[in-house]
Amino acid sequence: MLDKLWLIPLIPFAGFLLNGLFGKKIGNGLVTAVALAASGLTAMVSTLAVFQYLGAYPDHGRHLDRVYNWFTAGGIGTDVAFQLDPLSIVMLMVVTWVGFLIHLYSVGYMGEEDGYGRYFAYLNLFLSAMLILVLGSSYLFIFVGWEGVGLCSYLLIGFYYDRDYAAAAGKKAFIVNRIGDFGFLIAMFLMFNYAGTVDFAGVQSMAARGQLTPTVITAICLLLFLGACGKSAQIPLYIWLPDAMAGPTPVSALIHAATMVTAGVYMLVRSNLLYRMSPSAMMVVALIGGLTALFSATIAVAQNDIKKVLAYSTVSQLGFMFIGVGVGAFTSGIFHLVTHAFFKACLFLGAGSVIHAMGGEQDMRKMGGLRKKIPTTFWTFTVATIAISGFPPFAGFFSKDEILASAFATPYFPAVGKLVWLMGTVAAFFTAFYMFRLWYLTFTGDFRGTHEQEHHLHESPWTMTFPLQVLAVLSIIGGFIGLPQMLHTPVTNLLEHWMQPVIPEIEGIGKLIEIPVGTEATVALVSTLLAALAWYLARQRYRGRGLAADLATEQSHPGLVHTLENKYYVDEGYDATVVTPLRQLSIFSWKVIDGIIDGTLGLVGYTVAAIGDLLRFFQTGNVRNYALMLFGAVVILMWVFA
Amino acid sequence: MPGIPTNYFLILSAILFTIGVCGVLTRRNGITIFMSIELMVNAVNLTFVAYARQFHSLHGLIFVFFVMAIAAAEAAVGLAIFIALYHHRDTIDVDEANLMHW
Repeated sequence: MLDKLWLIPLIPFAGFLLNGLFGKKIGNGLVTAVALAASGLTAMVSTLAVFQYLGAYPDHGRHLDRVYNWFTAGGIGTDVAFQLDPLSIVMLMVVTWVGFLIHLYSVGYMGEEDGYGRYFAYLNLFLSAMLILVLGSSYLFIFVGWEGVGLCSYLLIGFYYDRDYAAAAGKKAFIVNRIGDFGFLIAMFLMFNYAGTVDFAGVQSMAARGQLTPTVITAICLLLFLGACGKSAQIPLYIWLPDAMAGPTPVSALIHAATMVTAGVYMLVRSNLLYRMSPSAMMVVALIGGLTALFSATIAVAQNDIKKVLAYSTVSQLGFMFIGVGVGAFTSGIFHLVTHAFFKACLFLGAGSVIHAMGGEQDMRKMGGLRKKIPTTFWTFTVATIAISGFPPFAGFFSKDEILASAFATPYFPAVGKLVWLMGTVAAFFTAFYMFRLWYLTFTGDFRGTHEQEHHLHESPWTMTFPLQVLAVLSIIGGFIGLPQMLHTPVTNLLEHWMQPVIPEIEGIGKLIEIPVGTEATVALVSTLLAALAWYLARQRYRGRGLAADLATEQSHPGLVHTLENKYYVDEGYDATVVTPLRQLSIFSWKVIDGIIDGTLGLVGYTVAAIGDLLRFFQTGNVRNYALMLFGAVVILMWVFA
Repeated sequence: MPGIPTNYFLILSAILFTIGVCGVLTRRNGITIFMSIELMVNAVNLTFVAYARQFHSLHGLIFVFFVMAIAAAEAAVGLAIFIALYHHRDTIDVDEANLMHW
């Protein structure tokens, strides 16, 4: 299997071709079979490859499977090559298995929708691109996957293309991502120019041997981070992700929570050596991560659309991952990526199940009391809520606290680290609050929807509840792959040991973080207490009271509530500062610049036409006229020259 | 050089040529135009011959042969055109053959 890694992305691609070309003809049953077979098979093949890797590389080194030389020109070039190493394997397992679960879920969720074949074709294509992204061995090759997942994201956000807002959201996602991709591209140009290669190992060894100046490294790091900001929805490019909720809910779970949006984190961890050589770039990453985590967590508090809450929650959690990466705790960033993939996929799929039960309703103000109607969804959602809120011993607690403790103890920039820790901790408080707000509003109290909706309420089919249950279990136990040192369990920091080869210790480059047990315990205690406080506050406000508390706050602090509800007017701000001026520039170019150019060309044309009109007079078609002109001309010429 | 001065020939030639030009410009009958053109050609021939006589040179005479040969060829082509025109239009009035205008 190890020499056929290319099969892993190729299998879902074959599924894409089959469903994309023949989806309408072969009927929903076969579409389901093809889609599930493709995603399930690729998950199994991946797992097989991982086991073979474990056998072949006891030291967990880098396995490279070079397929062919992509291009070589002027001394630079790159291969189409896949690699397996501990980091790729973590991503591979998450992407394929969570991907498979969500394919399964989609069978139930999308069953009655039009475009069933189209949906699964896109989903398989996404899986294929994502696998190229996690398995590629050079920046340029993962860029193929990077763009591929962006394309699928666009296609799936705009899946309901007959609705204007969905089409617009798709375009927004694509355009905002282009800005990030621009950064990624420039970073690759810099690598080609200064390192002569874009291969991960090549760039790393050039950097480790000191052949890249610190300025170049910092520039590359910041530009890569710009790319990550676009893909992973960080300030200032996060605005596309909340809008991306226009797509079907399983898509939100797979692409906009569990896998694609974490690509930025993956890329940064992949480039950890460069980042460790540029503490200033790391600081930018940590600060942006902290800001994003806090900023979007506060927005989530005032959202009423169940998916919007989860979307801002995702932005916020991605911020946590970037805090981890930024403060130098690369493993904890990946750790949170994994646990987040479990509990956020579970939350989104749970929300999808709620929406399914409500007949398409997404507004929490019209829900309530769903606890007894959809019990499986309820308990899985509850587990995931506890996990994301950070209560021990659920998955989110371990990963989030590892990140916060690392921020607190970071040796790179201690003061800024404390600030980032503070932002993260406050964000964690808000996280627990908005999640329990959502939980109470959705599942407890009285039903606030219409009578028909109440009548319609039903638990989802097994294809939907089964993935929920699996993910809920993973949300409980997922954290055990990274138990902290302080617990003195037989196996601690499993993930950190596993990731060791990816984050090599090199003389003089970036110290690894050592978190004192006291710090770790304090940080964990503080955030657990804050989470408990947030839960208590949410319980006070929403338990059995429905919307009363929110309405009261809106009465007493309308400014604050409206600001949060309208997401700090960031979209409006971008509209005024970027979109409108750009549109006006375009209109100016169109009407004025293009007018001048068109006018000039038009003038030339008109002149020629006018001369032609004039000369046309002489072409009478009458032979004697021609003869007269001929003699006249001869006479004139003779008069002139003789 | 005894006999008629060259000038006389040249003046005659000019008169013949002018008559030819007037014929070409004023006549509408194709054959008449053709005859006028022949008149112009022969006026030129006369000039050649006159100069050849004056300068005792054979060049002018040779040119006259060429001109006559070409005039013959031209007459053949031209008459063929007029016959074709007559087939289509039942006339050889050149004013009727004005399809080539805009």
